[in-house]
Amino acid sequence: MWAFAAVLLAPAAAAQAPDDGEWRSAGKDPGLNRFSGLAQVTTANAAQLKLAFHFPTNLDRGHEAAPIVADNTMIVVGPFPNIVYAFDVSKFPFTPKWTFDPKPDASAQGVACCDTVNRGGAWADGRFFFSTLDNQTIALDAKTGKELWRTKLGEIKRGESMTGAPLVAKGKVFVGNSGGEFGVRGWIAALDAATGRIAWRAYSTGPDKDVLIGPAFKPFYQSDQGADLGTKTWPAEAWKIGGGTVWGFISYDPQLDLIYHGTANPGPWNPEQRPGDNKWTAGLFARRPETGEAVWFYQTSPHDLHDYDGVNESVLADLAIAGATRKVLLRPDRNGYLYVIDRTNGQVISATPFVHTTTSTGVDLQTGALKYNPAKTPRAGETVRSICPASPGAKDWQPAAWSPRTKLLYIPHQNLCQDAVTSEASYIAGTPFVGVEAKMYAGPGGHRGVFTAWDPVNRRKAWEIREKFPVWSGALATAGDLVFYGTMDGWFKAVDARDGKLLWQYKMESGVIGQPVTFRGGDGRQYVAVLAGVGGWAGAIVAGALDPRDATAALGFVAAMRDLPAATRKGGHLYVFSLQGGGQ
Amino acid sequence: MRSLLRWPRTTGLGPATRTASLLTASFLCVPVPSSAQEALRVCADPDNLPYSRQDGGGFENRIVQLAAADLGLALQYAWLPDRRGFVRKTLGAGLCDLIVGVPAHFERTLNTRPYYRSSYVLVQPRAQPSAPASFADPRLRRWRVGVQLVGDDLAATPPGHALAQAGALDNVVGFPLAGEQPAAERMVQALARGELDAAFVWGPQAGYYALHAPVPLRLHYVPPPAGLKDQPFAFAIAMGVRRGDRALRDRLDDFIARRQADIDRILADYGVPRLPEDAQRSDPEEMSAPEPAQRTDPGGVSP
Repeated sequence: MWAFAAVLLAPAAAAQAPDDGEWRSAGKDPGLNRFSGLAQVTTANAAQLKLAFHFPTNLDRGHEAAPIVADNTMIVVGPFPNIVYAFDVSKFPFTPKWTFDPKPDASAQGVACCDTVNRGGAWADGRFFFSTLDNQTIALDAKTGKELWRTKLGEIKRGESMTGAPLVAKGKVFVGNSGGEFGVRGWIAALDAATGRIAWRAYSTGPDKDVLIGPAFKPFYQSDQGADLGTKTWPAEAWKIGGGTVWGFISYDPQLDLIYHGTANPGPWNPEQRPGDNKWTAGLFARRPETGEAVWFYQTSPHDLHDYDGVNESVLADLAIAGATRKVLLRPDRNGYLYVIDRTNGQVISATPFVHTTTSTGVDLQTGALKYNPAKTPRAGETVRSICPASPGAKDWQPAAWSPRTKLLYIPHQNLCQDAVTSEASYIAGTPFVGVEAKMYAGPGGHRGVFTAWDPVNRRKAWEIREKFPVWSGALATAGDLVFYGTMDGWFKAVDARDGKLLWQYKMESGVIGQPVTFRGGDGRQYVAVLAGVGGWAGAIVAGALDPRDATAALGFVAAMRDLPAATRKGGHLYVFSLQGGGQ
Repeated sequence: MRSLLRWPRTTGLGPATRTASLLTASFLCVPVPSSAQEALRVCADPDNLPYSRQDGGGFENRIVQLAAADLGLALQYAWLPDRRGFVRKTLGAGLCDLIVGVPAHFERTLNTRPYYRSSYVLVQPRAQPSAPASFADPRLRRWRVGVQLVGDDLAATPPGHALAQAGALDNVVGFPLAGEQPAAERMVQALARGELDAAFVWGPQAGYYALHAPVPLRLHYVPPPAGLKDQPFAFAIAMGVRRGDRALRDRLDDFIARRQADIDRILADYGVPRLPEDAQRSDPEEMSAPEPAQRTDPGGVSP
């Protein structure tokens, strides 16, 4: 049953097979293409899109989840306290079906680094799976909202939290932790979908046995080969608090039977205290879903200097490159490069900067090494200016979409640089220190956000749309050759997938940082759904009512977002659009 | 070289600390209009000794109790963990008007005059031979040395930067602030178990946990290396009020000026090593190691 469902969702099949009209997991298919074959809404009629359904969540924190649609039910997870709302979409008008309150521990809010967001759930075999900020993964009966099981996976007191969306494949639920800012040791875990029992857990640092590295591990580059690099590339026992959390999206290739997940930045942030490559942080693992066994690894930012988490999603596609069809993954990384990687073995086919980059000068395709610019290395007590991209990277969590029709990757991202400056004395839990604080600002051009359509074969931008604020929402591509995304000042937009021409936009009550989806309702009509509700790291100035005078709040992001409070307001809202709108 | 670090005299700390919990404070968690000003409304961590604890057992609890009595105000507490966003969630949210301990140059609050100055110190088992006189001492590169790591993103405390600059990297062990007990407590436990040879700990925590350690410990000041820019080991600590609340700040300034001697006695009870008021924020040339005789003998009060 599980294998059968997985084959139906294979990325290659998504382009040809008639679309099932559902949106069962954050990326729609396990290859995270975020592409729907639905084509009732097209470039010709998108201008007729109207509001069909609206639901306020009455929560103020950032809403980053994708609405999940399966079995004529739409299910949405809110930010902390992670209440789940289900709606009956079998007929119009949609009606509330059930709600579920997981009652997470309030103290979890104190350890979430960058707003208390949740990136949504996943549906499989009649169950709905999601994680709570206080480190529980919960399974619900998707029909009734009844709890089936819950498994506690981490400790708030140690600084751990969970914000990511699970992936479900082969009867397992894959989840990981957040909290690299607090000395957490990163991990990914697989839970039995039926029982919640932990099948395996793989750490991102430490000895090979903890990382689930065994005889099958064949990394492509020499720098990733050797025994126990997860301890040897760290001083002393620093790997125990070394970070490498797993809070990004996870993808799965059923043919190769591999899951792909990124690992976040190493800790501490001041890199002089952790000489070495700091394996296996800021990189990308391919693992066997049954056992967790690592098959290959590639480190995008060895010995990360700038908080370039390696968690960005891997979008699976098959591309014609130099006369051959290659099974690749596309990865727009925090460090500014768009990687095209052979997903069978981890070889970097190309790595091309898609933003203005000063921290490195390229990727050596022979060794796989990122070539750092030593002038931008942060040093205690010294100011380093024009660090580009800034710490949130060229692109942060916000997921890209791939259209097999246009062969373009649609990347929502930011255009930010930062100065690293020595702060005045800070004080946390009665411990004084002088930190290096980031002050972020717009990169070249003065715009802080970009929506880029990228041609990965020809390694160039097809078109781009510049936005005032960072584009912190996900992207959605459809067979109607439309691409959807939202802006932090509250515009939800449909543009032509081929040239970026704006075809439709709708002003929402709050800024959009959610993941748009599309589905076929029980009435046979195509709907487009998205959560508004500004927040996240970029929008914390509004959601958390931070002081705009404090340039270093939200780890320096506030400096770049002082005009956001005037452009939008906080508050979560679910919006659903259709060509018919509400009056049908 | 003059010895400027002043070490508290031995007092019967254990029982004295417990009597401090006989507070008359009312523990409120609801916002009260600050305009009334009949109450001194304090935000504090419910479990962060030696500073504060919900039973009133921390030295900040005792100092603010003294302040409330002196100013003729009732004492009210809102208890929140001192984590990221503490000022925003406390003063910023109107839950209280006062945070009892902030660095004197802290930008997010309006601050009183400092009421004590302390320094990061090296904590060692007393059984160790001599203490390092400087970061050039090669033993610091051999020893397993604990340092406190703080958020955001686990920035190092100043001695961590000094160790890195001195090339002491391979054996440095970081202790994040997040954990079951305060990082300083875990570090002292690790010293007692022989898992560390030494640890750099912020003075007030070092003094307090050394007093309670199961093995005799020695506190020692190692000056920061000259090349370490903007990473002082010494910090002056003040009280912080909401920016703009000059009236309360002025009353507290007056309290501190008049009652400094009483505040000093409370700090001494908790083993807080202090620098004199005229010491610069960071002047390694002027400071040197205290003589063992000048400091509390932890062996005397250890169980």
